[in-house]
Amino acid sequence: MLRTFTPPQLSDARYFQIAGQAAILAIGLLLREFEITPIQIGAVLATCFAVQWLGSTLNAMRFDWRSPLITTLSLSLLLRSDGVWPLMLAAMIAIGSKFAIRLYGKHIFNPANAGIVAMLLFTDAAWTTTGQWGTALWFAIFIAIAGSVVTWRAARLDVPLIFLGAYAALVFGRALYLGDPLSIPLLRLENGALILFAFFMISDPKTTPDGAIGRAVFAIAAAALAFVLQFNFFIADGLFYALFALTLVRPLIDWLNPGSRYEWGTPPAPVRLALPSGAPAHSRPAPAE
Amino acid sequence: MNRKLRNALFAATAVVAATSVAGGAVAFCGFYVAKADTKLFNKASKVAIMRDGERTVITMANDYKGDLKEFAIVVPVPVVLEEGQIHVTDSAILDHLDAYTAPRLVEYFDEDPCRQYRYNEMAMAAPAAESITVTARKRGVDSLGVTIEAEYTVGEYDIQILSAKESGGLAEFLKQNGYKLPDGAEETLASYIRQNIKFFVAKVNLEEQAATGLKYLRPLQVAFEDKRFMLPIRLGTVNADGKQELFAFMLTRKGRVETVNYRTVKLPSDMDVPLYVKDNFGTFYKAMFERSVEREGERAVFLEYAWDMSWCDPCAADPLSDEELKELGVYWIGDTSQPGQRIAPGNPARDVFVTRLHVSYDAEHFPEDLMFKETGDRSNFQGRYVLRHPYKGDAQCDAADAYRASLPERYEGEAQTLARLTGWEIDKIRERMAKGGQSFETPKKDSWWKRLWGNDSKDG
Repeated sequence: MLRTFTPPQLSDARYFQIAGQAAILAIGLLLREFEITPIQIGAVLATCFAVQWLGSTLNAMRFDWRSPLITTLSLSLLLRSDGVWPLMLAAMIAIGSKFAIRLYGKHIFNPANAGIVAMLLFTDAAWTTTGQWGTALWFAIFIAIAGSVVTWRAARLDVPLIFLGAYAALVFGRALYLGDPLSIPLLRLENGALILFAFFMISDPKTTPDGAIGRAVFAIAAAALAFVLQFNFFIADGLFYALFALTLVRPLIDWLNPGSRYEWGTPPAPVRLALPSGAPAHSRPAPAE
Repeated sequence: MNRKLRNALFAATAVVAATSVAGGAVAFCGFYVAKADTKLFNKASKVAIMRDGERTVITMANDYKGDLKEFAIVVPVPVVLEEGQIHVTDSAILDHLDAYTAPRLVEYFDEDPCRQYRYNEMAMAAPAAESITVTARKRGVDSLGVTIEAEYTVGEYDIQILSAKESGGLAEFLKQNGYKLPDGAEETLASYIRQNIKFFVAKVNLEEQAATGLKYLRPLQVAFEDKRFMLPIRLGTVNADGKQELFAFMLTRKGRVETVNYRTVKLPSDMDVPLYVKDNFGTFYKAMFERSVEREGERAVFLEYAWDMSWCDPCAADPLSDEELKELGVYWIGDTSQPGQRIAPGNPARDVFVTRLHVSYDAEHFPEDLMFKETGDRSNFQGRYVLRHPYKGDAQCDAADAYRASLPERYEGEAQTLARLTGWEIDKIRERMAKGGQSFETPKKDSWWKRLWGNDSKDG
């Protein structure tokens, strides 16, 4: 008899994201010499929480601790600075944009991405060091696995896969056109920061389109824009700018291809595995608020 | 070095710079051990890159030692250069920059533990380069899809800027002109051609070279504007057997430079090492660097120095003068009208940040040209290794006993550090330390009453 297997229901995908990003940050600090200090991380954390609290109060919403924690981890993973205030400013812009820049009840920008892009565009006080993540395959694979779990939980596994697929096609296509050895695009794809970006930033269910086709368009367009920025204009931070631009366009995509809006706690579709002998199928509880 | 001393050093340096031509290290802060052997690394090249926005000046050292008739280089450049964009400069400037940013050995002398410093420093310069050369003869006529965009004679070099439609034609053109292209270079050329990159080909004009009266070839410089911030290394790896070394000195306005497509890692630094390293600094550095390369899977670029050029501590060489920096492409030197000036000790108009990168590369681990990015990081970093000379006097007090008792442990720490950095056998290290006066034996403690009468020969 077949048994249907549904994974344990931790109601909110964000728990997985927090665990995954925290693990990646720990590895980065211990093994990849990430240059961010505990004080800087603490300052970002405090700022994120403070602005979140302020925003929740002003908008009469319940205070949520999970999203600002994720933003803290994202900023700590990707943004670097000599001092503390630039990171705090990035945190303020990140969380602030979530409350301030909304359309039809949905915030436009991925908070960490907004913070990063604002700092990159307007100051030199903070920067990204995506090259530092290196091209160690084990690290990229670890991030991909952690990220797959997270995005699958949030029913957004299609976004990173389509994004990476499109991006890979473009870099390999470029290498074939130029006659370059294929080790060159392979090296680019093994970069840990790219994989992190794909699975933990661009896949944010709150700032990606609701409809499946819309998401595919979103992911492919982001990959194409990132590719052009990086390889035609040689802008090293092209990934972040591409996402920024696409999230700006996202309301249009939603309007063209509407779908059901994602709420935290919605479990993904159950995985059906054929297993010998049976226990009754687990039932799916109603989505959390 | 305290602030007063540092300021005094700069005052003195300014005087010297004003009254003498740049070049020639004069020591102020103690004395130098002679620079380590410059031939430490085989096949090493030195390149300085000034980058500000899209403005770029590249200075390439040229250490070709063979027959001048046979010398030629091929360098990919993004644009066709005008004559004014090409220049020949003095190799002393690159050597100076090299010495200024080199990993340094610093020695301290422990003070009398019963009472209460001296300070010496020495620096090891990066090794000299041996450029990758291609033999050349006379120029040919283009009919292979190769266009000679421009031809100049600058300094002792005859220069052509070539653009090509396809790599077969370019390879044929070069072969016809007596250039021996290594196998596999054609594919790399093809890649550059498709990216619309031109080729800067230079060989020696024997008359002009004789007129210089020099026995060596001087560095070539090119200035241009392009969105690419990169260093083409692929042509150099095509026929190389084994690894090559590259030292890149970046001069920027905002801050530290790092690679985008490879990992930039800081050299292990600020560590105490055994005293015998003083006479073996070159060997130590080479072993440590090789081990670091291995540890990073042979895929990393190493940061050896990142510092604001308006000060240094310790200074491994005199700071570069404004003229030298201008020569290297720092066009904003002395321009006091810039907004957002940084106030720093030393010359306030000097808003230059230098990054020294060292990479040991081959085609397998570094298939792509180095692509760089400038960050706003102005934090300081230098390769610095510390010798601590123990106090050897005859101090007699409890503190001195405690001090001597702590020495073997300290030596052990230094030995472990050295073993970890270089991979040398710890037993051999201990042996050499012992020979060098750093004994691991716990000293015998003198009984307290021996201190009362010392060597008094009068017996009671």
